[in-house]
Order: sequence, then C-alpha cells, then structure tokens
Amino acid sequence: MAEASPDPALEAEALAAARERSSRFLRGLELVKQGAEARVFRGLFLGRAAVVKHRFPKSYRHPALEARLSRRRTLQEARALLRCRRLGIAAPVVFFVDYAFNCMYMEEIEGALTVRDYIQSTMEAENTPQSLLGLAERVGHVLARMHDGDLIHGDLTTSNMLLKPPLEHLNIVLIDFGLSFISGLPEDKGVDLYVLEKAFLSTHPNTETVFEAFLKSYSNASKKSKPVLKKLDEVRLRGRKRSMVG
Amino acid sequence: MPVVLGFEGSANKIGVGVVRDGEVLANPRRTYVTPPGTGFLPGATARHHRAVILDLLQEALTEARLTSQDIDCIAYTKGPGMGAPLASVAVVARTVAQLWNKPLIGVNHCIGHIEMGRLITGATSPTVLYVSGGNTQVIAYSEHRYRIFGETIDIAVGNCLDRFARVLKISNDPSPGYNIEQMAKRGKKLVELPYTVKGMDVSFSGILSFIEDAAPRLLAAGECTPEDLCFSLQETVFAMLVEITERAMAHCGSQEALIVGGVGCNVRLQEMMQIMCQERGAQLFATDERFCIDNGAMIAQAGWEMFQAGHRTPLSESGITQRYRTDEVEVTWRD
Ligand SMILES: Nc1ncnc2c1ncn2[C@@H]1O[C@H](COP(=O)(O)OP(=O)(O)OP(=O)(O)O)[C@@H](O)[C@H]1O
Ligand SMILES: [Mg+2]
Repeated sequence: MAEASPDPALEAEALAAARERSSRFLRGLELVKQGAEARVFRGLFLGRAAVVKHRFPKSYRHPALEARLSRRRTLQEARALLRCRRLGIAAPVVFFVDYAFNCMYMEEIEGALTVRDYIQSTMEAENTPQSLLGLAERVGHVLARMHDGDLIHGDLTTSNMLLKPPLEHLNIVLIDFGLSFISGLPEDKGVDLYVLEKAFLSTHPNTETVFEAFLKSYSNASKKSKPVLKKLDEVRLRGRKRSMVG
Repeated sequence: MPVVLGFEGSANKIGVGVVRDGEVLANPRRTYVTPPGTGFLPGATARHHRAVILDLLQEALTEARLTSQDIDCIAYTKGPGMGAPLASVAVVARTVAQLWNKPLIGVNHCIGHIEMGRLITGATSPTVLYVSGGNTQVIAYSEHRYRIFGETIDIAVGNCLDRFARVLKISNDPSPGYNIEQMAKRGKKLVELPYTVKGMDVSFSGILSFIEDAAPRLLAAGECTPEDLCFSLQETVFAMLVEITERAMAHCGSQEALIVGGVGCNVRLQEMMQIMCQERGAQLFATDERFCIDNGAMIAQAGWEMFQAGHRTPLSESGITQRYRTDEVEVTWRD
C-alpha cells in the first residue's frame, strides 16, 4: 500500500499541527492591537523583543477570497520590508514568516509612538501645527526614497508610521506593508500620495500646512517627483469631478 | 416642536417626508424605473419627478394629518446629484416655501443619509459607510465636519452593480441591486475578480470592465451561471467595502459602524459587516429600504437639525449643485 505521492490527508494533518503550534505560541503573547488586517502581539522571539502580526481568517469573506488575500498580503509585507532595508528606509527587521498560518514575526520598535498619536498630542498641547513642519519634512524624505525605489506602500496613513525614541530625533519607521507592491508608474505613486492626503487631512483637522510641507519636501527629495505630483493633481480632480448620482 | 417638510429627488427616486422632533410622520416615495438594459437619463427622470411631486406632497400631508400651517420649514436637496432632477424638485420647494411663507433650507444629500441613519438606529458616533448609486465613502465625524477617510477613486459601488445588471439585462424593478441580491442567493461558484483596495480607498472600474468583458464568454462557455456572477460580484465588492470600513474603524479607534445609502439595504452586505463588527467587539447599525434608499424624511431630518441650529437658505442662494462634498458642510448642530 505504499504511496508514491504525498497523502493529502497526511499533509492536511501536518498543516493542522503546524497551525496548532503557532496558535499555542500566540496564546502566550500579549495582544497589542487588533488592526484592520491582523492581530498584533508582543513577545520574545529567540530572545529578541518581537511583534507578531497574525492575519487571522476573516470569516466575513468567502473562504477562497480570504485565503487568496491573507496569503498574498503576508507575502507582500515580508517582501516590502526586505526591500525597505535595501533602500535604506527604516522598517522592522523580519525574523520569520509562517506562511501556513499567515503570521509574521518581526523586530519590535521599542517605545515607539505612531505619528498619528504624536501629531494628535502636539495639536492638543500647542493648538498650532507650527512645530510639526520638521516632522513633515522627514516624512517627505522617507516617502520620496521609497517611491524612487519603486515601492508603493498601499496604505499610507499616520497610523502606519512610527516614531522611534528618542522622539525629538524624528526617526520615522514605516510599517504595515500588506497592501504594498512594486511599481514605477507615476499613477501608482500619485494614488499612494492621494490616499495619504485624505487620511492625513481627515485624521488631523487644521494641519493643511503640515501636508503642504510634506509635499514640498517630497518633491525636493525625489528625483522623479514631477510626473507623480502631476498624477496626484489628476487623481484629486477625478474625485472632485466625479458625478454623484443616487 | 418644529415640523420640517423634506423634498428629495437627486436621482431616480422622488420622496416627500415630514419629520417632527425625531418622529417620521410621513415618507411617501416613487421610483422612476427604466426597462432592463437601460439606465435613467436626467431629462426623463426630471419629467417623471415633475409629474408626481404634487401628488406626493399631498399624500405626505394627508398621511401626517397636517396642513401647510403646521409646517415650520421646507428642506430640499441642494446636491449632489443629477442636475435636471435636482432642479425640478428645488423649484417646487422654493415655490411652496414662498406660497406658505416658510423658511427654506438646502440640504446636502449625503448628510441627509447620515442624519437619518443616526436618528433611526440611535448610533452615537459611528464610522459611516455610505454606499449608493453615486457615492461610496467611509466617513467619521470630528470637529464639526463629517470627514471622508476613504472613498472610491473611480465609480461608486451602486453604479458598478447597476451597470453590471445592464450587461446581464437584469430587471431594474424595483432596483437592479435588489435583483442582483436575489440572484446571488442562488449562486455557488466564486469567479475570481480583481480586488482593488488602496488603504481606505477602493476602486471598482477594474472589476466592472473585467466582468463586462468576461461575462458573455464565461456564460457562453457554460463555465458559470448568471447567478454565479451576481454572487461573485457581491462577495468581492462587499468584502472590499467591509475591509475599508474596518480599516477606518481601526485607524479612528471607533467601535460603531453605520451603513447608509441605497446599497446599504443589501442583507448580505449587512451580514458581512455584522461578522466583522463581532470579530472586533464593535456594534453594527443599519436600516431597511424605507430609510436606506433615498427618501424625503432624510432631507427633513437633516433640515430639522439645521433649522434648530439656526440655518436658513435665502432665496438668492437656493440653487442646486451637482457636486457637493460631504465634508464641505460645517456641522454646527453637533458638539
Ligand atoms: N514592529 C513594530 N514595533 C512596534 N509596534 C508595532 C510594530 N508593528 C506594529 N506595531 C503596532 O501595531 C499597530 C498595528 O500594526 P499594523 O499597522 O502592522 O497592523 P494592521 O492590522 O495592518 O493595521 P491596519 O489597521 O492599519 O490595517 C501599529 O499601529 C503599531 O502601533
Ligand atoms: Mg496599520
């Protein structure tokens, strides 16, 4: 009764066992946040401070669609984080990726604050965006470098940028690359900026000058900014011109 | 105890509603239905609205057991929407306001949907998914504006569904979306479609052109049924909508979701959103077709809030506008 090809039942069993091991490991960790995509845990991985991002199955989605998306995004995120390092952009180091469980183990940026929280507390304390212009400039530099390296983030918001302590050094670490992809097209980069612009201005009222400072810094720092900013204008206009019936 | 009369006619529905302090006293509506394979055009839609609006007005007053003297304010949809239908309704609102000597208030249609949703469901500070034939937006309130966190970067989800229905010659009665929903219940096979989410934004034009192109071929080859296509389209576009709503909730730290707009009465969309909310310990609020689909009461309700906050639209500014963004309105009636 020897089988030439692997027994699918055995394979499924092995997969189930691997999943069980992973989920047992996660249960021992501290849940930090349930984001839109994943549960994010904190703990130790081989003695190092780690963040574990688990794309658990979303039961609202059709199983076939769910499997396709979670797998693709885990893969894209791992790839993009590696590309960031090559481009000299600060991003967490990937320790290990568990594709059976759509789980990514990465370096924890210890004591980090999201740029969102940083802007919010600055606005609350000072009531003016004046002191945020330096931050905007830094973000412009980082995103220019990312786009010049043909990396599209896909979900640019102030929640997906961390500030690494000491905060006053304004060291920006990019995270959350599940929707990222590689493209050299100005259209894709323009849409990336458009998504950020909307998220930025709706999250942080009265910070228009900060976003302008960001764009200025981006356009100075990027070698390919001209066609990208032209596309940004086009995409904005499309939004404003869209007929809104119903 | 102000009583507000609301006129809505920005697309193919026309409605007249009466609201008194959070109570909907009447809300009759008519729909301009076109033959399968066709959409509604501005001129013909405006003619339809003109033909029925006075009957609807009479019906609303009768049902509410009120006369013109009991009305304190006339609200009408200023935009966004189709020019001709908007104008045909605004003319009636202006005329009635002058005849009865009542103040007039121009209302943003999207704000009408949101305020109606809040009134009916009691949601206090929700992340709002506004989905209709012309709009797809994820909205949250802060500092006196309904701020748009995400939206479609091309066509609206309802527009995508309606145009898909035309390809398959699905009936427009009572609405293409309703018939797609019924057919989808009998679909089994998931046809792989493009899935395009960009942060809190979405895109539907790629799906539509893919399906317009592939549908005839797939159907002719017997690879799937029209029901399978309806099922696949719904599963894909609704998953995208739930995803961007969840992303906005995570980003804003919100624990309430509210679905408004015509596509919002789709039970499968509500079901998917409900599962998402459960998985993050949040609460879902939704309404049925009476209040989801364009209606007069929603304009009356937003008008009521504005009236109480002291808004008035002088006759010289009582025009219409086809484009009118949700975040243009200063929301003075909320803290
Ligand atoms: N490497 C890290 N070091 C420290 N904190 C992190 C790290 N990665 C993620 N976090 C924290 O966890 C939160 C969620 O992470 P992430 O954005 O990757 O998850 P997500 O589920 O994709 O979120 P979203 O809701 O944006 O889709 C971040 O905002 C941040 O506060
Ligand atoms: Mg995130």
